[in-house]
Amino acid sequence: MHSVPDKQTAEVGPHIGTHKPGNLKQALAVSSKDLFRNPYDAAPDTMKIDISTRQQMLIGGNFRPPGEETYLATYNPATEELLSQIPLAGERDIDDAVMAAQRSYKKAWSGIKPGKRGEFLFRVARLLQERAREFAVLASMDEGKAIRESRDTDLPLAAAHFFYYAGWADKLEYLPGFRSPRPLGVCAQLIPWNSALLMAAWKLAPALAAGNTVVLKPSESSSLTVLRLGELIREAGLPDGVVNIITGDDSTGSNLVRHPGIQHIAFSGSRATGRELAAICGTSGQRLSLKLRGSSVHIVFRDADPDQAIEALVRALCLSQGYIYCSGSRLLIEEAFAEEFTERLKERICQLRVGNPLDQNTELGAIHSRKQLERIRALIRTGAEEGGGLWEPEIRIPDQGWFCPPAILSSVAPGHTVYRTETAGPLLPITTFRTADEAIRKAHDSPYSLAAAVWTSHPERLHYMASELRCGVIWANSNNRFDPSAPCGAYPESGWGREGGMHGLYPYLEDGQE
Amino acid sequence: MQRVLTVRAGVTKPLPSFRICRAGVNERVHDFCSRKIIGQSRLNALYQAIRMVDLTTLEGCDTAGKIRQLCAKARTPLSDPIIREQFPLKNIPALPAVAAVCVYPEWVACAKKALEGSSVKVASVATGFPAGQVNRSIRQEDTRQALDAGADEIDMVINRGAFLSGDYQKVYDEIAEIRELCGEQVRLKVILETGEIGDAENIRLASWLAMEAGADFIKTSTGKIPAASSMSVSLHMLYGIREFFRSNGRKIGMKPAGGIRSAKEAIHYLTMLLETLGEEWLHPDYFRFGASTLLNDLLREVMILSAGTDPYPGFFSVE
Repeated sequence: MHSVPDKQTAEVGPHIGTHKPGNLKQALAVSSKDLFRNPYDAAPDTMKIDISTRQQMLIGGNFRPPGEETYLATYNPATEELLSQIPLAGERDIDDAVMAAQRSYKKAWSGIKPGKRGEFLFRVARLLQERAREFAVLASMDEGKAIRESRDTDLPLAAAHFFYYAGWADKLEYLPGFRSPRPLGVCAQLIPWNSALLMAAWKLAPALAAGNTVVLKPSESSSLTVLRLGELIREAGLPDGVVNIITGDDSTGSNLVRHPGIQHIAFSGSRATGRELAAICGTSGQRLSLKLRGSSVHIVFRDADPDQAIEALVRALCLSQGYIYCSGSRLLIEEAFAEEFTERLKERICQLRVGNPLDQNTELGAIHSRKQLERIRALIRTGAEEGGGLWEPEIRIPDQGWFCPPAILSSVAPGHTVYRTETAGPLLPITTFRTADEAIRKAHDSPYSLAAAVWTSHPERLHYMASELRCGVIWANSNNRFDPSAPCGAYPESGWGREGGMHGLYPYLEDGQE
Repeated sequence: MQRVLTVRAGVTKPLPSFRICRAGVNERVHDFCSRKIIGQSRLNALYQAIRMVDLTTLEGCDTAGKIRQLCAKARTPLSDPIIREQFPLKNIPALPAVAAVCVYPEWVACAKKALEGSSVKVASVATGFPAGQVNRSIRQEDTRQALDAGADEIDMVINRGAFLSGDYQKVYDEIAEIRELCGEQVRLKVILETGEIGDAENIRLASWLAMEAGADFIKTSTGKIPAASSMSVSLHMLYGIREFFRSNGRKIGMKPAGGIRSAKEAIHYLTMLLETLGEEWLHPDYFRFGASTLLNDLLREVMILSAGTDPYPGFFSVE
């Protein structure tokens, strides 16, 4: 993991020299009654970010407004204030972007020495590290996620992906299974709103390392970080048109994937769209990799370290406000341990700090859109009505902004709605099991199966679970650990293909001597 | 290997097994270190920390003069006239005294005299500190000497030799004996010397033995070996304290010692304490820092925060 350079300088240091006299508005006083308490004083990141009122799209190396001058509004979820307007790309813009990508594929990118491609990617990674704080603050403003997460997880990981794939650029011929690996051409990449920058890095880095050019379309509610990444890519000196970024809504996405100039489609998002894409690619011959809905499980046995299992669950609830598809949207707990564990979990959740995403002590930020907030609330209501045993902590949340305090449904049955659908919010359905085999059956009892975290201090049981579970990723006594060198993927309805590691390159290559 | 502990004549308890995810504990520690404590919260934490310091001198070269000077510092970490002279316009509230001074039994009487009339307690190490490699009668005699001289608190070391050879009964009995000697009035802190007893399971087991045997505090280290207190070790012990409270209802205190030198680290510890055990533990009766150089850094930060400026070098006394 690479360090974020701004982390140290952002700290209000206790050391001589870092403190500027007079920057305290008033002298602080303390009386013996004053205790050190949680929640702590607000400690927002104070970096000011310039956001232009109208964004432009990156097409063929230039930033430009949409041809039809139509825009979509994008809001700060924590304040409900208008952040900026993003272009709604029309068919002309899409066509221009794909053409630019094609031109650049033929003229620049495919002819360049592979080592040089790696150099460009290294430069992107370095620049991302240098500007990490700016990107982290922007991500928190745009997506509502806590700055702790964007600063300590998203940014270091995004940079790490560029570093990792930069190293692959001139070593592709050593990939197992290829005799003469060749890029495909133009890739259309559609990414979801959660951790937009990280998702962009996941998809861009391997595609570029393999020698493809890209038309990237971020989600309409979180385009700002991705557009800024476009600026950074230009700064890194990549040839014009290698990376094109267009913005817009679902219709933009569906127009993009139908463009005949596209050789590969990478999509993260809903299952319905995924199926639609599969149908399109089935007839057009385009290649497709999918990352769809996930309903990932935490399986906690009675011999698990309860404190650390709880911490991991709480982190999963908070990560992108519960919207990370592999962060565990169901808890399966051994019945003998269920009551005690749930009580402790509740105790812990009551301590959560929900609020301003820019506050460096905030653990749970705001939900990215009003629509999503309403969807989560409806799901919680449904869960309670179906007899899930709703529990909500008494936590102060800000009056303004799209905040949703975490909720637990402590007795969810496999037939309940929340068990069978993706929760996608800070909501945790709890279901009990009796034996390891029942836990495995229950983990598989879902159309989606992306990841599982198994908690036990019994190593033999871990091995058994790992060999029996069919999931894209299985974590042992941990959760949400990502590394660019480790592939991560999905099972049937959750998607096709793998991202990360050597496996992440396969979708973007074909064998020239097949 | 021993699996059952005799707690009283005829009463046995099975040794517990612990469910520990070490990587998770380390990650949690990272969480606490990334908290951003500023403004009033920071100042409150610093005041709390000053009240929790056990100002320590445990050197071969300790003399009556050194002990008296240390006691003066413990009573008045920073004198009011000096503060007022330096910052005439600022309203800086009085600084609290530290919790205790910690000395060898030989110096208890001297410290006691120097601290007369103040709230500062006198703690004495005992039981053959730091190695603890002495027989039972000497352990007890050592403690008795400290008690006779008027010690308010006893910091005893456990028998690591017995612990590592699996003789948990002996470890337990020795602690229980010292507990009996101390009686109700004297606070007993049990030093586990975690750098010597090894992994997380051992730390939890030693904590459990000490708490079962009647410790009021469990303490990480003697400060005499390089591997002193760390956040992870302390967090394992805090979890032990929490489990013990859940099953026995008795609140045990915690004392990390050795290696904590900066106010920043102290605040990390307090954050960890607050978020693991809650506000009730945030009191000198339940948490102490065993340190000698930490105090001046805490004072410096208080000045920075409340006066808005960093005092000149040499503002704080060095004993």
